[in-house]
Amino acid sequence: MAAQTLFEKIWNSHVVHEAPGEPALLYIDLHLIHEVTSPQAFEGLALAGRKVRRPERTFATLDHNVPTTDRSMPITDPDSRLQIEMMRKNCRDFGVRLFDLGEVEQGIVHVIGPELGLSQPGMTIVCGDSHTATHGAMGALAFGIGTSEVEHVLATQCLWQARPKTMEIRVDGKLGLGVTAKDIILGVIGRITTDGGTGHVIEYRGTAIEALSMEERMTVCNMSIEGGARAGMIAADRKTVDYLRGRRYLPTGVEFDRLAAQWLTYRTDEGAKFDRSIVFDAAAFAPQVTWGTNPGMVTAVTSKVPDPSSYADATSRRAVELALEYMGLVPGTPITDVKVDRVFIGSCTNSRVSDLQAAAAIVKGRRVAASVHAMVVPGSQLVKNEAEKLGLDRVFREAGFEWREAGCSMCLGMNPDILKPGERCASTSNRNFEGRQGKGGRTHLVSPIMAAAAAVAGHFVDVREWASN
Amino acid sequence: MIKPLKNFTGLVAPLDRPNVDTDQIIPKQFLKAVVRSGLAKGLFFDWRNQPDSQFVLNQPRFEKATILVARANFGCGSSREHAVWALADFGFKAVIAPSFADIFKNNCLKNGILTIVLKPEQTDAIFDAIKLHQDYHLAVDLPAQKIADEFGWSAHFDIDPFPKRCLLEGLDDIALTLMQDAKIRAHESAHPVPYKL
Repeated sequence: MAAQTLFEKIWNSHVVHEAPGEPALLYIDLHLIHEVTSPQAFEGLALAGRKVRRPERTFATLDHNVPTTDRSMPITDPDSRLQIEMMRKNCRDFGVRLFDLGEVEQGIVHVIGPELGLSQPGMTIVCGDSHTATHGAMGALAFGIGTSEVEHVLATQCLWQARPKTMEIRVDGKLGLGVTAKDIILGVIGRITTDGGTGHVIEYRGTAIEALSMEERMTVCNMSIEGGARAGMIAADRKTVDYLRGRRYLPTGVEFDRLAAQWLTYRTDEGAKFDRSIVFDAAAFAPQVTWGTNPGMVTAVTSKVPDPSSYADATSRRAVELALEYMGLVPGTPITDVKVDRVFIGSCTNSRVSDLQAAAAIVKGRRVAASVHAMVVPGSQLVKNEAEKLGLDRVFREAGFEWREAGCSMCLGMNPDILKPGERCASTSNRNFEGRQGKGGRTHLVSPIMAAAAAVAGHFVDVREWASN
Repeated sequence: MIKPLKNFTGLVAPLDRPNVDTDQIIPKQFLKAVVRSGLAKGLFFDWRNQPDSQFVLNQPRFEKATILVARANFGCGSSREHAVWALADFGFKAVIAPSFADIFKNNCLKNGILTIVLKPEQTDAIFDAIKLHQDYHLAVDLPAQKIADEFGWSAHFDIDPFPKRCLLEGLDDIALTLMQDAKIRAHESAHPVPYKL
């Protein structure tokens, strides 16, 4: 048999039906749902008198809308409350397991999938959320879908999909001290730009990728959509197996070993061909900071806010002008001179235990600058509990951070956690679009340690100077 | 279930920015809706609701637009189908751009909105024509995969046969899938659920 990529192995083993001139009908192993993109899908099912075909392959959580303050209080926003109530009702009516508020399994959908052992190597995984590629870090083919497709998967456990192209992103070498997985993916997006991966599934490979922990791999895969890619994935290895062993939904003993042996077969064969291939040197990455209104508008912390006149074509020049106007930034300003008002550590990109540990190590024994309001929102209740066991909540609180309950929070500001107009935020989330964190809010995407250092200094700093001390 | 897309002629509105993301097409506060209808009020909400906004859809001449012409990578970012529901609710039946984000494109198809990919110089020509003609219309002919104006300009566009058929016939793709039920069941019996429930 011809050499195959990881993507091709998963794709080929999930095609249920294929006819010339048609997309493939792909079987979906795991369907994750949340309260924002599912109500209309359940409504469609009910109207057509259809059922959820595979409730045992469908799991629901509450994350986008939920308050991150005291959970014993009622939800004050009536629209959020209604969406949450509808999720509960739909899950009851259609027999879907919901990880509800107050349950230890609740959390951001892309944090809990791997954490509970639901997301496994070799699987096809979908969710009505563009950051579903996060689960690709487990060696799965995971991608975001719209609500009509959510309805389609609920009803049939399948999806019609045109076969995407493949793209290899190879990162070799060793990252410098203070340079993180977040800086890899921001640097990659800066180079391929925000639509460089459109129509492609990315496989991240190379020695620098292999050296990443599972949580770091999730950060990399998470932002594949920010480069336009359909999905991003990393082949399973011993780290993946060790990470998954003992997780809530996995079998134990011989049964686990049998699964694990299967997982390790999902990797790109020697000599397999990708449609595109780009190589990066890990040592060349510096800590990254976005300066504009999409994640491709990014630069090294040692650099400056770009000058629109340095862009050759009129459309790019205009886009940079608009971005700088919105961001309130002057061309040529050193990034380290940019002051921040808010710091947000959280989101499906960077809210796992190791993210919080790294940020806590930076703030330990230091204070958040008087002009800065900083908060930490753990990605799940399990993350929160583990972090508290490690005493991280105390470190953050003593430094002047707020310590919150699990949810998407200020990544997209569907709950009360939002920026005020004009406020500037160092954020560990994934999108710096206009108004993303609140109308008029200005978002700079950074790694957890860069965010922590900015909280203390009140402006961006090159965290490498702190990391080496 | 979508309505079949018939040939139509529509007023064209220009949105001259690249990388328009779905957070701009419809901001977060409108995602709390639990139904698909009535979302036109949220369409480009922040851009339409700035003081003295000159945003294109605020201009009376584009109020009745049914075709939107945009720049590259239109619809990037969040998978929110609300963006497409809002465009449809406003009255848009087609969007023209040099490229679209993948999920947005799929969502359009599921709602009977035609996404037309043209070369950048072809979209440039449309932007120029709108500047020249107060009331610029394009005729969309999906069976022939062609758009044309009344001044003799026209362009051919590519579309895969399956989405083309779905749009023309207004297919219910869930029903289409369920026709493959035997194959789905065969796959399921060979692949048990790998969970300890």
